[in-house]
Amino acid sequence: MTVHESVDRDADQNTVQSGGLSDGPGLVPDPEKVAKGDLRDAKSSQKADAIFRGVTVAAGAVIVALIGLIAIVLVMQATPSLLANNVNFLTSSEWNTSDPENLQFGILDMFRVTVLSSIFALVLAVPVAIGIATFLVQYAPERLSRSLSALIDLLAAVPSIIYGMWGLIVLGPWLVPLSTWLNENLGWIFLFGDGNVSIAGGGTIFTAGVVLAIMILPIITSMSRETIRQTPSLHQEAALALGATKWEKIRMTCFPYAKSGMIAGSMLALGRALGETVAVLIILRAASAPGTLSLFDGGFTFASKIASGAAEFNHPLPTGAYIAAGLVLFILTFFVNLIARSVSGGKVNG
Amino acid sequence: MSQATPDLAKPAKPSDTFLPIAGSRRVKDKTATVIFSLCFVLAVIPLVALLYKVIESGLPAVLNPAWWTNSFFLVSPSSMGGGVGHAIYGSLVQAIIAAVISIPLGVAAGIMLVEYPESKLAKPTTFMVDVLAGVPSVVAAIFIFGVWVSVLKFQLSAFAVSLALVLLMLPLIVRSTEEMLKLVPDELREASYALGVPKWKTIVSIVVPTALSGMISGVFLSIARVMGETAPVLILVGYTASFNYSLFEGNMASLPLLIFNQLSNPNEAGQYRIWGAALTLIIIIALANVLATFASKALAPKTK
Repeated sequence: MTVHESVDRDADQNTVQSGGLSDGPGLVPDPEKVAKGDLRDAKSSQKADAIFRGVTVAAGAVIVALIGLIAIVLVMQATPSLLANNVNFLTSSEWNTSDPENLQFGILDMFRVTVLSSIFALVLAVPVAIGIATFLVQYAPERLSRSLSALIDLLAAVPSIIYGMWGLIVLGPWLVPLSTWLNENLGWIFLFGDGNVSIAGGGTIFTAGVVLAIMILPIITSMSRETIRQTPSLHQEAALALGATKWEKIRMTCFPYAKSGMIAGSMLALGRALGETVAVLIILRAASAPGTLSLFDGGFTFASKIASGAAEFNHPLPTGAYIAAGLVLFILTFFVNLIARSVSGGKVNG
Repeated sequence: MSQATPDLAKPAKPSDTFLPIAGSRRVKDKTATVIFSLCFVLAVIPLVALLYKVIESGLPAVLNPAWWTNSFFLVSPSSMGGGVGHAIYGSLVQAIIAAVISIPLGVAAGIMLVEYPESKLAKPTTFMVDVLAGVPSVVAAIFIFGVWVSVLKFQLSAFAVSLALVLLMLPLIVRSTEEMLKLVPDELREASYALGVPKWKTIVSIVVPTALSGMISGVFLSIARVMGETAPVLILVGYTASFNYSLFEGNMASLPLLIFNQLSNPNEAGQYRIWGAALTLIIIIALANVLATFASKALAPKTK
């Protein structure tokens, strides 16, 4: 049976590889042969179709299983450490995992730094990105727009470690005068109050947030650009016909139409900012004191804490503490991306 | 009113029916134009500043031929000598191994999404690919650490890094395959079926070759993307200053890891090395992008 099958498949392959439509006397096929061949082909090709389909579906299954496996592995490895934890995981700012017998770890401080830096980056990046998207679609001429879009996409091609070292060495010192000014004059606002690291060093959430904003700019720009471009021209012409200026047209037709795309892009960008590791790790100074809600604090985000703790991954219990932090980050980014997906109706291309 | 036939050669006089745009609205309109243009300029400033700094500080290192071939083996941290050949090797090998694993898997899943959308797994796969695309690289890295090192008891190695890169590459490859296959016109498929070619052979010999240029371009882009990833190399392999050709044993340098390692080098040579390595990384990524563009143009189906 199996021998026959393989023979059949070989025969099948030969007919197609030689083209079937080859020249020569076989141009008018013998009906009898065709009928036989058809039957034989139909059987074997059905099998081959099923096999091919099975292979591709299996690949999909592997991907689906991978996500499940990630969640299961993270939960299983984090659980023993969470059970051995001596402080509350969610409400403590302690992170002392050097002694496996006496684990003390909580995510409060990391949560604060992660969210504060990401939200700050988003606040900086969203208006600029939407401005760029509008400029590219509505103001720049079509040909110029394409090359300018490529220029913005170039921002996304730069690896994050290069942003990190640039932020540490170049941008950090540049931002010190601005940070000092904000701290001295607007220090009464909690965001600009005294932090737990020196402003003159530049290693603050402020610097990290600016770098994150630059990094997430292309994501928001590209999604906003796509949706602004799709604004029906009838809407736009109607606005113009009613006597709207260009700005009024943009405000009344493009922005409402592109709103979901802008929100989805921002959410994707937020997901990226929450998970950004190495740029933040390089820029942020470790803080000596637990933080406040000031932008001039230092500290660790989930991602930078995990990366910085890699040297401690030699005993299951401390490793589990970091994996627990990773699990929280995984859940956080999962939900942020889920929101992005539901807002955009499933059309997400981050 | 008395003019029955308007003179089409002359522009029409502005009618009194329309009032001129009020001053405040005109000002707002002009302000908006200026602000939108400024936004663009504002975003280009960091890009230019960063590229300028990387090129300016990295150029002396990159122009030295030994930089591309030598390693820092037995070169003191304060010496300007040596090169990043070992790190280039590591970056390329890790990315290529990851590509070898993720291309078949990603392409097969992409084919499933486009050609067998009625499959029960199509929807969950689309969803999971989106989830995977959102997984931070550090989470992918600790997951691989959890499986490869904690459970399976293997050593930290370059191969572990490649496994983490697979997770980051898969969604990119699935999506680019999906996009490209969707562009293949149904007429091609129908023509093939009409000739009696079975579905799987239609896919393999008609659909995929038509989309091949775009798929290869997508592969190059995803390689470029993962070559700069730093979190996996920080967690899954140690740095070494010399060449290590073994995938499964010992430390292996890569460009991001070398930059991270040399950031703590206080000497002038440290600065020389990090900017040199940064420029090298950017050059390699740019090359991968050029290859992607080249692939999509040169391999595109010839239409006449």
